[in-house]
Amino acid sequence: MSKTDLSASSSPKSSSGEKLVALKGITKHYGNLVANDAIDFAIAPGEVHALLGENGAGKSTLVKILYGVIEPTDGEIFWEGKRVEINSPVDARNLGIGMVFQHFSLFDEMTVAENVAVALTDLSFNAVRKRLKQVSEGYGLPLDPDRRVWTLSAGERQRIEIVRCLLQNPKLLVLDEPTSVLTPQESEGLFETLEKLAREGRAILYISHKLEEVRRLCRDATILRGGKVVASLDPRDNSAREIAALMVGQEVGDVARLPKARGHDEILQVQSLSMPARSIHERPLRDVDIAVAAGEIVGLAGIAGNGQSELFAAISGERPADEPGAVVIDGIAVGLKGIDARRKLGGAFVPEERLGHAAVPGHGLGDNTVLSHHAIGGIVNSGFIAFEKARRMAAKVVGDFDVRTPGADALARKLSGGNLQKFVVGREIVRGPKLLVVDQPTWGVDAGAARVIRQALIDLAAQGAAVLVISQDLDELFAIADRMAVIHEGHVSRLRPTGEWTREAVGLEMMGVAPQDAH
Amino acid sequence: MRIELVPRVEPKAWARALAPVAALIVSFAIAGLVIWGMGRSPVAAFDVYILQPLTDPWSLREIAMKATPLVIIAIGLSYCFRANLWNIGAEGQFIVGAIFGSWLALATYGTDAGIWVLPFMMILAMIGGALYGAIPAFLRVRFGVNEILTSLFLVYVAQLLLDYLVRGPWRDPMGFNFPQSVVFDTAATLPAIAGMGRVHIGVIFALIAVIVTLIVLGRTLFGYRLRVSGDAPRAARFAGFSQARTIITVFCISGGLAGLAGIIEVSGVLRQVQPSISPGYGFTAIIVAFLGRLNPIGILVAGFIMALILIGGENAQIMLRLPLDLALAFQGLVLLCVLSADALVSNRLRIVRARA
Repeated sequence: MSKTDLSASSSPKSSSGEKLVALKGITKHYGNLVANDAIDFAIAPGEVHALLGENGAGKSTLVKILYGVIEPTDGEIFWEGKRVEINSPVDARNLGIGMVFQHFSLFDEMTVAENVAVALTDLSFNAVRKRLKQVSEGYGLPLDPDRRVWTLSAGERQRIEIVRCLLQNPKLLVLDEPTSVLTPQESEGLFETLEKLAREGRAILYISHKLEEVRRLCRDATILRGGKVVASLDPRDNSAREIAALMVGQEVGDVARLPKARGHDEILQVQSLSMPARSIHERPLRDVDIAVAAGEIVGLAGIAGNGQSELFAAISGERPADEPGAVVIDGIAVGLKGIDARRKLGGAFVPEERLGHAAVPGHGLGDNTVLSHHAIGGIVNSGFIAFEKARRMAAKVVGDFDVRTPGADALARKLSGGNLQKFVVGREIVRGPKLLVVDQPTWGVDAGAARVIRQALIDLAAQGAAVLVISQDLDELFAIADRMAVIHEGHVSRLRPTGEWTREAVGLEMMGVAPQDAH
Repeated sequence: MRIELVPRVEPKAWARALAPVAALIVSFAIAGLVIWGMGRSPVAAFDVYILQPLTDPWSLREIAMKATPLVIIAIGLSYCFRANLWNIGAEGQFIVGAIFGSWLALATYGTDAGIWVLPFMMILAMIGGALYGAIPAFLRVRFGVNEILTSLFLVYVAQLLLDYLVRGPWRDPMGFNFPQSVVFDTAATLPAIAGMGRVHIGVIFALIAVIVTLIVLGRTLFGYRLRVSGDAPRAARFAGFSQARTIITVFCISGGLAGLAGIIEVSGVLRQVQPSISPGYGFTAIIVAFLGRLNPIGILVAGFIMALILIGGENAQIMLRLPLDLALAFQGLVLLCVLSADALVSNRLRIVRARA
């Protein structure tokens, strides 16, 4: 390490008198909505500070204010004791703030080094390449500078973002939901890197929903709810359950698993399904076999970008296969049929992207109900839409699934992520499907909404439906799935009962190291 | 220092509704400045451009006739634009529709054919326009070719085809070598509405197009399909709407209506085929569609306003000796102001001062 700040590393906790950054009374109004309400908090050098809260609690707003992306309505920011104005990300970087966003901003067609160089205009390309190598090796973030980004896994892409920040030698590093795309092993590697950075005296602001991680990594946490700070605490002194309760403002129960009679009828059969990639950004599917019986939940684990979206499109019929028998729903070969034909057979589908895929952002919930219901009767009569009926159905979903909306027929984009996810899952469940296929059911969703959704999936299976859950969240799959498999590079491993899997075995499969090969 | 557009979280509904009005006022103001700069009185120009046509029955009837093709074409374009597909070639579809319809008029010329001729001319015109509109749609679906370019290029093809026909096979042998066809028989001429001077029944077609479109876009699954395809293409796929079918259908509707407008203009106003049958209706209709917010009633109003500007421009040419080009520049100005107003409704301006 070229640089070590001994004063901070020797006593990280006692340095609280010298705060690196302090926010005082930060307030942000959007019309009548108060996204941030007089927020105070501070981070000292060498501190790993967690920012926790539900979706819509105001975390992103706060981080964007800190990074100069949006202007606060009121409040002050102090940097090393001096009051500062952060008007743009350039200002933020000049102060020494580095930011790793949840969604990567990388050019897929360019190499790792080129992606880093575009952000650092004052260094020559060769200098960037050299420092990139030093930093990535020094901090345990292995990267090949000459690989093109589209060939890299999500974890490697995240490393680029982190290294890009580190090259600017930041004093404060902000990470937004960094582990949502990582395997358990990759997450552990990231934590070690972050601890190393903290020991050098850098402050880290860590935004996450995953409480176990926060308890593993952070000694200080600020919890936001409804735009306000509801607690500042040491997460190690509190159980995950207590912290979750603070975040959602109510006791969070575990999902209840009902005893159920598992049917023998296979509702969904995917047989030797192969699909070529239509572009370099797609994963080809290779010889996929999956069977889901009535009454069971099958979980499919995997790191993002291993063919999950392609598999979802093939099973839902958004992209039909070449063989009729590749996908069989309720005994009928539908491989060549489109999504509406599959819905008519009892299929229901929830894609990963809520906005723009599962729902039209600028349309009301009633109109968004028509999206997946127009083919299955009741809502469309000889070409005319019964909008009143659609709105009533939307209202039923809102009531049954505790969807909190700003108005009766609110626009989809006005709902917070968790509430919209409850709506798009509920919309498919109200019709009583025989088969439900969900891609990332609780991605980026707060703990309260995740619990509602998981319980709904369990209840649906208990009523005799077949449920296929594609997810990156292993806790989720272990909690709800009866059988599990792993998708890696477009291939799905053998389905085994959840009890036969260990987290480690799943993690190895996710990285393509099959346990039998590892021996 | 730089100027940024920052998206508004909650664009105001009243601002969205008033934006076209504001846009018109701003474009009047700019046009007034230009006229003042040319040494004429902006007040007199406003009087000649806007007020006189609105108070003179003859001018009002001319406005109705000019508005008819604009409204019919713009209604067709609204199907495309709602689905986020850019048909810029309505002018070409207008001409090809006119050619298809006129073919029947010329083929039955002097044969004493009955009243069936006119309806069949209209049907042929719609088929012609739809087929011509289907070309860019097919190229887009099959080869991924940008429909903006192909539809625009096909305008010039259509114009040259018409020019060839009028100077060649369709030229009136008794016409002293003028490049124009014979004057259509009465059976092939769109009848005028009693008591309305030259105003023909094409006006009624425009109103029917408005009402049908109001129902189709507002109440049917097809209208819903267009909105979803335009606003969120992936959601359209999720809903099971084939993108290829949407593209072909809206281009056929759009082209068909442009073709209908073409034959209405030829058989109702010109009554013969000439080398140029449109003063750019197909392009002006793009402005009409946007000024009318892609809403059928809005398009009806916008068509009337644009026709008013065209008639006013002719008046201004005669009475103030202002060039007709000014009327065309004014049209462009209106579109620019409408689009800017839209941008300002959904975004706010932020001036960022760079620090030294």
